[in-house]
Amino acid sequence: MSNWDILWDERAQFWNGFLSTLEIFGLSIVGAFLIGCGLLYLLEGSRKRLTMPLRIFIDGMRMLPFLILAYLLYYGLPSVGIRLDAWWSGVGALAVYHGAYFAEIFRGNRLTFPPGQIEAAEAHGFIKGKMFFRLLLPQIIMQTRPLLGNQLIYALKDTAFLVIITVSELTAAANSLSSTYFIPTEAFIVVIGFYWAISVTMEIIIKQCGRFSAKRGFDNV
Amino acid sequence: MSEANTSETAAVSIRHLSKSFDDVEVLRDVELEVKTGEVVTIIGSSGSGKSTLLRCINWLEQPDRGSIHIAGQRIGVNDAGRPMPVRELAKVRAKTGMVFQGFNLWPHLNVLHNVTEAPIHVQGKSKREAEELATALLEKVGMAHKRDSYPNTLSGGQKQRVAIARALAMQPTVMLFDEPTSALDPELVGEVLAVIKDLSAEGYTMVMVTHEMAFARAVSDQVVFLEKGLIIERADPETFFTTPKTDRVRKFLENHDTPSPA
Repeated sequence: MSNWDILWDERAQFWNGFLSTLEIFGLSIVGAFLIGCGLLYLLEGSRKRLTMPLRIFIDGMRMLPFLILAYLLYYGLPSVGIRLDAWWSGVGALAVYHGAYFAEIFRGNRLTFPPGQIEAAEAHGFIKGKMFFRLLLPQIIMQTRPLLGNQLIYALKDTAFLVIITVSELTAAANSLSSTYFIPTEAFIVVIGFYWAISVTMEIIIKQCGRFSAKRGFDNV
Repeated sequence: MSEANTSETAAVSIRHLSKSFDDVEVLRDVELEVKTGEVVTIIGSSGSGKSTLLRCINWLEQPDRGSIHIAGQRIGVNDAGRPMPVRELAKVRAKTGMVFQGFNLWPHLNVLHNVTEAPIHVQGKSKREAEELATALLEKVGMAHKRDSYPNTLSGGQKQRVAIARALAMQPTVMLFDEPTSALDPELVGEVLAVIKDLSAEGYTMVMVTHEMAFARAVSDQVVFLEKGLIIERADPETFFTTPKTDRVRKFLENHDTPSPA
């Protein structure tokens, strides 16, 4: 029985790991996206007192190794009385961490947003909330699409760290098979295939979305 | 509230308006009254404060002193003399329609949605009602055939015509034009001016900053000449262009192509 046959017999483990990774990834990027939009909205606001703490939070997150954030949520939070299981710690850490990156991408683009369009919106009676959600945010998202796609790949790869806080995802499956049967090379090659498959699919989706924004004249950055 | 009463009939009433940017006085005690149905053109060399004056009318610039009433309602300052809350300000602003030099269409929305956006999301019109109005207005500016196009596919003249329809869709008390043809290629100026001319014939109240002298002469009821923040001359177009009272205006008109009556 070759090493590959062993892995084939254990394919259920890979499959479960794959589904788990997809689930964690999907939930956390939705969360990260919402956090990114929320942070941008708050930065946009007139509450100047919030600006400084928000910037410190965003920069603090970006300068923190992801693994340490995951450790903090999983091992650190119980000491202040908040106990999340490994799975939710992982999803939470990914969402917050990449949310900060999303916010920074959005913020950078916001700085170059044509002021004339904001004036036109004001002249037509728009106020903050509607202006943000109907005019600013859609354009910022279309314009930052390639950067967001890149960030999503980072987020996908960071899910692999969660094996360390005992989340049973794709890398955990490979890890467990490799140590049970001592076939690390084959086991890890298989998971690389899975990660590539997800990344390539995501790239294709992001490219397709590009047709939507190209039609509106948003040249890809 | 006495000032509101005196300006009740005017579409726009500007009293004692002054504004400085740092140390530079850009508007000095400007008084201007625009009656309903009237077309007022503001002329002056660059830096004379004409765009600032126009932008004060819808509070895109805040004057330091003075007051502006739109259809009898004061903009920017509430009854208690305090800055208006944003919601209230937005409501008064919506009584003005502004057309910008740089068009400022929203590029992610197609032509139709550029026009329906504010009526639906600011004024709360139904989608159907807003689209009917938008279709009629796009018809009026000759852009109905482009309703599904995105702004990036339009020429400058077409963009500006859509921008005019977008402003008209607010059904404003007064239309404000801030050098609407200055960013256009010469051969596209005509189509935009033609639209504005139609509007004046239909009785729209308009305040316009422009460098198109022949056009100003043809459509205006009142021409105002601004110099260093002061209105130094105001007259009906015939008087203004044929027998200006000041040397300054005479010089200015000599340097521009003296228009023949259109």
